[in-house]
Amino acid sequence: MKIDKKTKSNLITYGIVVAAFVLFTALASTGNLSSHMKGLLIPMTYYAVIAVALNLCVGILGELSIGHCGFMCIGAFTSAFFSKATAEILPSGIRFFLAFLIGIAFAALFGFLIGIPVLRLKGDYLAIVTLAFGEIIKNIINAFYIGIDKSGIHFSLKNAMELGLDEGGEVIVNGAMGITGTPHDSTFTIGIVVLLISLFVVLNLINSRDGRAIMAIRDNYIAAESTGINVTGYKMMAFTISAAIAGAAGVLFSHNITTLTATSQYFGYNASIMILVYVVLGGIGNIRGSVIAACILYLLPELLRGFSNYRMLIYSIVLIVMMIVNWSPKIIEWRKRTLGRFGFKKNSGKEIA
Amino acid sequence: MALLDVNNLSISFGGLRAVDDFNISIEKGELYGLIGPNGAGKTTVFNLLTGVYKPNEGIIRLDGEDITRKSTIEINHCGIARTFQNIRLFKQMPVIDNVKVGLAERYKYSALEGILHLGKYKKVEKEMDEEAMRLLKVFDLDKERDTLASNLPYGKQRKLEIARAMATNPKLLLLDEPAAGMNPNETGELMDTIALVRKEFGMTILLIEHDMKLVSGICEKLTVLNFGRVLCQGETKEVLTNPEVIKAYLGE
Repeated sequence: MKIDKKTKSNLITYGIVVAAFVLFTALASTGNLSSHMKGLLIPMTYYAVIAVALNLCVGILGELSIGHCGFMCIGAFTSAFFSKATAEILPSGIRFFLAFLIGIAFAALFGFLIGIPVLRLKGDYLAIVTLAFGEIIKNIINAFYIGIDKSGIHFSLKNAMELGLDEGGEVIVNGAMGITGTPHDSTFTIGIVVLLISLFVVLNLINSRDGRAIMAIRDNYIAAESTGINVTGYKMMAFTISAAIAGAAGVLFSHNITTLTATSQYFGYNASIMILVYVVLGGIGNIRGSVIAACILYLLPELLRGFSNYRMLIYSIVLIVMMIVNWSPKIIEWRKRTLGRFGFKKNSGKEIA
Repeated sequence: MALLDVNNLSISFGGLRAVDDFNISIEKGELYGLIGPNGAGKTTVFNLLTGVYKPNEGIIRLDGEDITRKSTIEINHCGIARTFQNIRLFKQMPVIDNVKVGLAERYKYSALEGILHLGKYKKVEKEMDEEAMRLLKVFDLDKERDTLASNLPYGKQRKLEIARAMATNPKLLLLDEPAAGMNPNETGELMDTIALVRKEFGMTILLIEHDMKLVSGICEKLTVLNFGRVLCQGETKEVLTNPEVIKAYLGE
């Protein structure tokens, strides 16, 4: 059977992820990876996952979202709440699977709710609303106190004492202290599997009838409408899927750390912009590029620790170099020529996914 | 009964009556021209017909069905497809995908089948590819199937826009200044394309155009608009020799 170009491109993307997995696992098992580096592997996978999600929103749908960490936050807290509440009841495998479903469902729900008013509009409204959403959700979660005892779930916005828990009851969400003691279910393998599933969903979507409609809206919504494309419906679909995948990244996140708090370090504006940087430097609309950029740019500041004071200086230089390599027309031309010499054939213009 | 029947169509923007008491009746298979000076309201009529603007008064009937208040999307599904004065293609997508977007309403599978590439996906995609290639062949674009739309030369972009409109299987095709920005050679080629569309698909066409060579060469009937009102309507030859039309538009 002849494999067409798109399928081939997708297989290369999966191949790169699998190769990276094999490489890092081999390094870790032969003891070539410091424990510090091992600790970075799981974050690397969930940042790659959320970069894929954001690229679906920014690159494929063409709507700027600068609060994607908000969806990650939703996924993280809902799943961590579930996992901690059922820690003693369910076996860890089933519990983690259900936690994924819950995190994804809630993130998708919020994506859908935000999409209803905003995606009917044309223009930059989504950027403004998602920016606000990311900040608001963080502050709201910081005010939540939720506890569980025999009589059920208790909820308060004041403090943990107000919950009035029975003896033996447990505070699960403790305001700004967040959720402590979520089971450490995330592993590098599961992270890679989630990344592969996200890639599978997004890449297949792009090559389907619905994906083409979504990209048509990005390229020209007036023409899309008069070609009979349900613009609002498809925008909702793409944005909800994007939010859901970001939620999955959140589940990986929350099951990898001991204390989950809604701080700006993880879920704030800067974190969202960081992911946008991965997407832009990896190439807008280029899903494989997002994965690679997320991995490199996440690991880089940690690898540069040896340079101590010059660390961020070098990091910013790398950002600029990546920007030039990925976007400058002359360099792209040169890259194509060089690759052509080695027998790689590239089609003209920007390659999508 | 006429395919397109428009009665007393009017729209105002503030105090400006952009289109006033516009009537037109187009029979199936006709090639109808809409001409007039700049700002006469020709494109506004197209925007009213395709639901971009909602008229203040009047009724639009397509094949007997009232489509006056329908949305752009619904009107497309009812059977009106259009091209634009300034070409609007899906620029970052390959030529064949531009056409396949147009085919999406006729060749369906569920979103889940699309994401999992299961079920009807393979079969329907294959049918879509075949149908899209058939269309591209008609418009002589089959060799450029994988080229990005933005990399096509101007004349071919026009053709692709018409091919995309045809992919939605319309009853009526609206062309908004198809020859704008074309040299005489390209215009000649465009006239052949339009003739081909009529022959291959038996399409009814309404077009706006300033190029008199094209208008007098292929249109069977004409409506002349001036300041939003119909100045003259009828057979091409009669209209173009009408003294009022010559005075208002063609120049003495």
